[in-house]
Amino acid sequence: MSKEDISRRQFLNYTLTGVGGFMAAGMLMPMVRFALDPILKEGTDQELVAVTSTEEIANEPKRFDFKIKQKDGWYESDVTQSAWVYKAKNGDIIALSPICKHLGCTVDWNTDPSHPNQFFCPCHLGRYTKDGTNVKGTAPLAPLDVYDSQVKDGKLYLGKAKPRKGA
Amino acid sequence: MLQKIYDWVDERLDITPLWRDVADHEVPEHVNPAHHFSAFVYCFGGLTFFITVIQILSGMFLTMYYVPDIVNAWESVYYLQNEVAFGVIVRGMHHWGASLVIVMMFLHTLRVFFQGAYKKPRELNWVVGVLIFFVMLGLGFTGYLLPWDMKALFATKVGIEIAMTIPVVGPIAKTFLAGGEIIGAQTLTRFFAIHVFFLPAALLGLMGAHFLMIRKQGISGPL
Repeated sequence: MSKEDISRRQFLNYTLTGVGGFMAAGMLMPMVRFALDPILKEGTDQELVAVTSTEEIANEPKRFDFKIKQKDGWYESDVTQSAWVYKAKNGDIIALSPICKHLGCTVDWNTDPSHPNQFFCPCHLGRYTKDGTNVKGTAPLAPLDVYDSQVKDGKLYLGKAKPRKGA
Repeated sequence: MLQKIYDWVDERLDITPLWRDVADHEVPEHVNPAHHFSAFVYCFGGLTFFITVIQILSGMFLTMYYVPDIVNAWESVYYLQNEVAFGVIVRGMHHWGASLVIVMMFLHTLRVFFQGAYKKPRELNWVVGVLIFFVMLGLGFTGYLLPWDMKALFATKVGIEIAMTIPVVGPIAKTFLAGGEIIGAQTLTRFFAIHVFFLPAALLGLMGAHFLMIRKQGISGPL
């Protein structure tokens, strides 16, 4: 036996560590995958729900509440969501999510007297212009999410709120 | 790399004697299956411990999804078993492991009994072993209710009726275990608390004592 050969002790060490590691991995792998499942689950798609008749929608953003069916693990329920909806100059209907892109507080329309006609978040004084673009220099770093929307038979249908590129 | 990290820590804290104390001990010839194959009977204690480790691990992971509430318990178990990846395996490990731990513990007890290994000076370790046995039975009993299906409910009703037959303290034991008049919401939360906090804590303490004693006294001699 030359000097480069591994010793009997080392061989047994490697074999035992290998076999032991394999067994431990076989034991832990299912448990770890089990715990990581929420990360690897695909996001659920949301059906469009009727929110309001288009006649209600004005040029000024107005808050509309609507109910969606939510499946949370084993718990299914109806939850209320809100949208700020208005008619843009070109006639498009815009529905913005009221969730602030800073840390998730709820924004309100036109409630900051010093900055009229903007969305305002009271938590950290975040502001957004009417089209939802975040005002530079305030806390939020991205514009408000926009709901997937569709107008059918004079009614506005909203789906999931989707994020947009930062201003 | 690992060696360097180890050396760095060891230089400062001198940890080598700590683990040497735990890991380095002679295995007598009569306990080594390489010398006498029949020595495999000495494995059952270790196997009980190994399965207990699996039970603790799989149980910890199961509580990520399980809720001890009469409305949601069954639904959450159904969800974790059928909707979560490897849920059926993790729950299976806990389910089958629970039975296996009893089997291994029983075989270990038989070995100790028939070899007379419990005799002086090891009587105390036998007593602690019997306490571990009762704690394990308690874990089995409380865990059985948690899925909150028909089998769980009626098995627990029967179990609590058995406790009820204890003279004098029976009715008190029943109310204490059920957390009230009926087997319901309060029984479930109570059994959950006992199953995941109280009994495991007792088990770890008793197992620590069990292992300390066997290291202190050494394994009993050949027959």
